[in-house]
Amino acid sequence: MTNYTTNEDTNFVFPKSPTGIEGLDEITEGGFPKGRPTLICGGAGCGKTLLSMQFLIKGITEFGENGVFMSFEEPSNDLSLNVKSLGFDLEKLKADKKLVVDHVRVERSEIEEAGEYDLDGLFIRLAHAIDTVKATRVVLDTIESLFSGLDNQAILRAELRRLFHWLKEKGVTAVITGERGEATLTRQGLEEYVSDCVIVLDHRVIEQVSTRRLRIVKYRGSTHGTNEYPFLIDADGISVLPITSLRLDNEVSSEIVSTGVPGLDDMFAGGGFYRGSNILVSGTAGTAKTTIAAYFADEQCKKGERTVFFAFEESPQQLVRNMKSIGMDLEKHIQSGLLQIHSSRPSLNGLELHLLKLRKLIKDFKPATVIIDPISNLISVGSEQEVRSMLVRLIDMLKFSNITALFTSLNKQNENFRPDLAEESVSSLVDTWVTVRDMEGVGERNRGLFIVKSRGMGHSNQVREFIITQKGIELLDVEMGPNGILTGAARKTNQLNKEVTTKTLQNELERKDREIARKRKVLEANIEALKNEFESVAEELSILKATEALQAEVSQEKKDK
Amino acid sequence: MAEKAAEWQLMLYIAGQTPKSIRALNNIKKYAEEHLKGIYSIEIVDLLQNPQLAEDDQILAVPTLIRKFPEPIRKIIGDLSNEERVLVGLNIKPLT
Repeated sequence: MTNYTTNEDTNFVFPKSPTGIEGLDEITEGGFPKGRPTLICGGAGCGKTLLSMQFLIKGITEFGENGVFMSFEEPSNDLSLNVKSLGFDLEKLKADKKLVVDHVRVERSEIEEAGEYDLDGLFIRLAHAIDTVKATRVVLDTIESLFSGLDNQAILRAELRRLFHWLKEKGVTAVITGERGEATLTRQGLEEYVSDCVIVLDHRVIEQVSTRRLRIVKYRGSTHGTNEYPFLIDADGISVLPITSLRLDNEVSSEIVSTGVPGLDDMFAGGGFYRGSNILVSGTAGTAKTTIAAYFADEQCKKGERTVFFAFEESPQQLVRNMKSIGMDLEKHIQSGLLQIHSSRPSLNGLELHLLKLRKLIKDFKPATVIIDPISNLISVGSEQEVRSMLVRLIDMLKFSNITALFTSLNKQNENFRPDLAEESVSSLVDTWVTVRDMEGVGERNRGLFIVKSRGMGHSNQVREFIITQKGIELLDVEMGPNGILTGAARKTNQLNKEVTTKTLQNELERKDREIARKRKVLEANIEALKNEFESVAEELSILKATEALQAEVSQEKKDK
Repeated sequence: MAEKAAEWQLMLYIAGQTPKSIRALNNIKKYAEEHLKGIYSIEIVDLLQNPQLAEDDQILAVPTLIRKFPEPIRKIIGDLSNEERVLVGLNIKPLT
């Protein structure tokens, strides 16, 4: 029998330096290769410098690894200033002897080349910097500047090769940035020298919305995520969004959360939504989707649960004001810190950035409920496919964190109210789908609400009419007419008709009662008359009988005589 | 040389006694004797001994010759074997 590989081999973990950048460590499965150079390339303004800087700073602040930043482009002061806005204090790190920032100025006009040279000056500088702070992380940003500053390419290339070897020997984890070339990954073909890990950053604009993306082209000796991952640069620096693995093995809860809308709970057999489920509220314009969403938010806040409300159409103030008009006080929840309303135009960011933002919020705020109003607005920033993929990830993320999510979706007004784009993309993913719709009748418009589906829970099949008053949403009782459920004026007419009918019926009854009473009287009178008649007849008969008896007596007397 | 500052102050940065740096030193001495006799000074900086100077003086390549004075500062890198370029670079001789 052959011996298969021992456990020791399979348990081997490639040594890595964690980057501390949110999401990136997940994709690289632990960080950059430890003690080896990593190449980060990309076009102008895609965040190379920032990414490498963050790698250094996180190394210092989170992993206790000091760093050297060798900048070939920006002076040290500029760098400090640039990253200060992201909350990194370079000057302090420098003062604490944890970081060295060295600006290598390569100015072609100042340098004359006369004969052979090498880059020992650079080596010495780097070595000195590394030794000063005992650095284990080094960034060279962008070393390609050397090519524009120096003429002798042959020497440069040889020296670069030597440099990367030297870095490896030193055992420092190096990050080298490079400008993206036309045919090659970098303009000067740096990928030839740095072949352990290559990451490409990309900044593209689709339909006026820019998205930054990151891809690991290669990573020797390690598995890694292969897709393009969107990343975000915000006030906290870079965060990368890994595309979730869609495993669908999240935990489920049987706990019920109330919808907050009086009457709606009763339409569900369980009395509300399952915790951690996704609810879609779809409907045409002006069918009170936002109101239903706000009700749900209000209800959760009342129970003391944190809620995040993403409003893509209204500002927080507007939402609060509008809800006040129906007697709902969102302000107090905001004050108590339970409710956060985030308003932005969907076109402010690419889809992925919205997702990233949400992710960060979920991480920081840890809400139990997330509301997105409306999800259909996001479609304006991406194609159907993109939106779908984003929503899948969004829903996965929410499910994973066991967050109850309510989305509203605006669909176009059409006769047969077929699901609209957003609905089609979402409907198979959501657990509960409530539709609100207009019911147009003669000269009026009414709102109706029904449940399209509710996974794992029985639900009412009725279309319930509801009205919004100053006191809020009110679900009306079902009014059945001869042709189905009645709404609005028809409902009123029907109610009136019903009333009239009952009244008439009652009148009729009373009339009948009176008639009977009268009949009874007549009958009784008749009976009396008949009685009288009978009595008189009987009397007559008795008279006759008496007369006859008298006659018989008389005749007997005559006979006797 | 201490009596008064020379009219031409040159600095040569090297990293140890490598053939290139020795060549460079010999070359610059030769040119200076030829063109700047009596009015120059050459200071040699070994970066291996003073690594901090590499950063301070923005040295990248070795050997590097810097004309500190007269201003503006000029930098010439290499073993200075190309006389023409050195002289042009130091602005001793105009471009022909």
